[in-house]
Amino acid sequence: MPTPSIPHAPLTCQPRRRRFLGAVGVYGAHGALSSLAALAPKPAAAQFRVEINGVGATQVPVVIAPLRDEAQSGVAVSAVVSADLQRSGLFRSLPADMALDERSTLDLPAWRAKGADAVVAGSVNKLADGRFDVRYKLWDAVRNEQLLGQSKVVLAADLRLAAHRVADEIHQKLTGERGVYATRIAYVVRTGRRYALHVTDADGEGGQVALASPESIISPAWSPDGKHLAYVSFETQKAVVWVQDLSSGERRMVANFRGSNSAPAWSPDGKRIALTLSQDGLAQLYTLPVSGGTPVRLTSSGAIDTEAVYAPDGSQIYFVSDRGGGPQVYRVPAGGGNVERVTYTGSYNISPTISPDGKLLAYIGREGNAYRVMTQELDTGQVTQLSDTQDDESPSFAPNGRLLVYASRMQGSDVLMTTTLDGKIKTRLLSSGSDMREPAWGPFGR
Amino acid sequence: MNRSTHTALALAATLALLAGCETSPEAIKPTAAAPIQTRSVTAPGTGSAGATSTAAAQSQVATVNLAGAGAAGASTSGANRAAGAGATAMLAAPTQRIVYFDFDSFVIKDDYRGMLDGHAKALAAAKARHAVVEGHTDERGGREYNLALGQKRAEAVVKSLALLGVGQGQLEAVSFGEERPAAQGSDESTWARNRRAELKDR
Repeated sequence: MPTPSIPHAPLTCQPRRRRFLGAVGVYGAHGALSSLAALAPKPAAAQFRVEINGVGATQVPVVIAPLRDEAQSGVAVSAVVSADLQRSGLFRSLPADMALDERSTLDLPAWRAKGADAVVAGSVNKLADGRFDVRYKLWDAVRNEQLLGQSKVVLAADLRLAAHRVADEIHQKLTGERGVYATRIAYVVRTGRRYALHVTDADGEGGQVALASPESIISPAWSPDGKHLAYVSFETQKAVVWVQDLSSGERRMVANFRGSNSAPAWSPDGKRIALTLSQDGLAQLYTLPVSGGTPVRLTSSGAIDTEAVYAPDGSQIYFVSDRGGGPQVYRVPAGGGNVERVTYTGSYNISPTISPDGKLLAYIGREGNAYRVMTQELDTGQVTQLSDTQDDESPSFAPNGRLLVYASRMQGSDVLMTTTLDGKIKTRLLSSGSDMREPAWGPFGR
Repeated sequence: MNRSTHTALALAATLALLAGCETSPEAIKPTAAAPIQTRSVTAPGTGSAGATSTAAAQSQVATVNLAGAGAAGASTSGANRAAGAGATAMLAAPTQRIVYFDFDSFVIKDDYRGMLDGHAKALAAAKARHAVVEGHTDERGGREYNLALGQKRAEAVVKSLALLGVGQGQLEAVSFGEERPAAQGSDESTWARNRRAELKDR
């Protein structure tokens, strides 16, 4: 790794003096930036897929030039990269006022003078076998040097994926953290009386349908390797848990017991599924081998126990129970044992999910008639409200733990939102006008 | 010290000063036409959209398309929907098959005893018959928690029928949670019509 660029110049007012300010600002020093609230960017035009609300804070200005000949590929690769970087809230895209590619000799001080901290340029070339060669370079305009030079040869169908990987590489190089642009999100779309389980890029695009059904589908859950989805389908006129291989479409029932079968969650090793069964009356938690077999009962309460989710280390299972009256989040050792209450703030807390580092619980809390995304630090108990909307549901962490995706309602439609963990930067995923719900952010790797 | 730590330490100290100097944040705008969706939904086995290549695209998803198998169930609930909110007036009618519940409640009101008694007698007299009780909730709250609440309502009806002599093997309680509302809307009268358990022959 190159030596980081540390400012040792006097701290005079030099706007966008150094990169990384955005990263530190958004992730590390919320308080210091609150005075910038008045300068927040306006929400982008509604038809543009990156709708950013809230405080823009300090963002790294990056020039992302259109890749030479990208128009011939059918994918606006540079626009995908640009939209990705902006959606993180860490970057601001500046226009390139001249044609550039990866072979250009850049006058970096001149770009610096135009306000750029970094410049991206490249090309897309169609190869004889029909594939495309996506090449790009990333330059540091502050330190006047090249940071990255890469080539990716991909099928036409993988051009968007290649663009997301370019964005991930730029993100990692400029922030030191792993990006999530090449990951995927699963969610359910309802159009009239039809339901479809979609798998899309993390920007909500490049959508493919895993399952289309006349009956409701809920609670999709990614296998840790990203190759399978578990979900609840009502296609047999009751709630049954299925597991589907995404690439082949092969699917099978893993739980079709008497009563309702729901809320599947994968163990981190991918070998077991925790779920809710009502075969003995009330909804209770069980675990079951993914390959099938006899469910092992995990909880025995005279109340509702549901929405199990494994802690990332697999040691604990967090879940919702109304054993104390209203629904609250509890946890139990994954092999069974003493149940411990986790949430105490508010009278209705549901849909727990745990951050990849195991430190933060995100959930939905009710306050009055509003259902909102909340987080609770597991070691301190510190509770933070992330959303100020009314009907939020189903929070799910990005695999780098920096963003949450959740379902909300906006102007009468079900929409998907992402938020940073301080709640300051929210984006809305592309909507086709259909209701989008039940988001689940997939793992790294695909 | 790694890069990010190094950077964070150095910059955390300077951030407050620099942040205050930041000028003219611009509204975030696209710098090019918004990216278009390029990957069409592909049926299983048809491979990638690559023009001349036969290799499969990475992370290709095969589509499973289920036919309209649920039509029977849907039309039944449509018929029940007609009974709607005015149902409390004709509880004892043998054709009535819906029990309505108060908010956050699983208690079967006394109004429904005659109706359930009628169903219990009919089922007890025909041991070969099977019935399913479908529990439902209104739209408020989480889908999974509502599924469990609907299950609790369905179980309450099954228990009361069992107490009236219906064999456990004849009955199954299932839940649709908030997934299959009888009425659309976001007001109390709509919610009241959706908080229900429906008795259906199997």
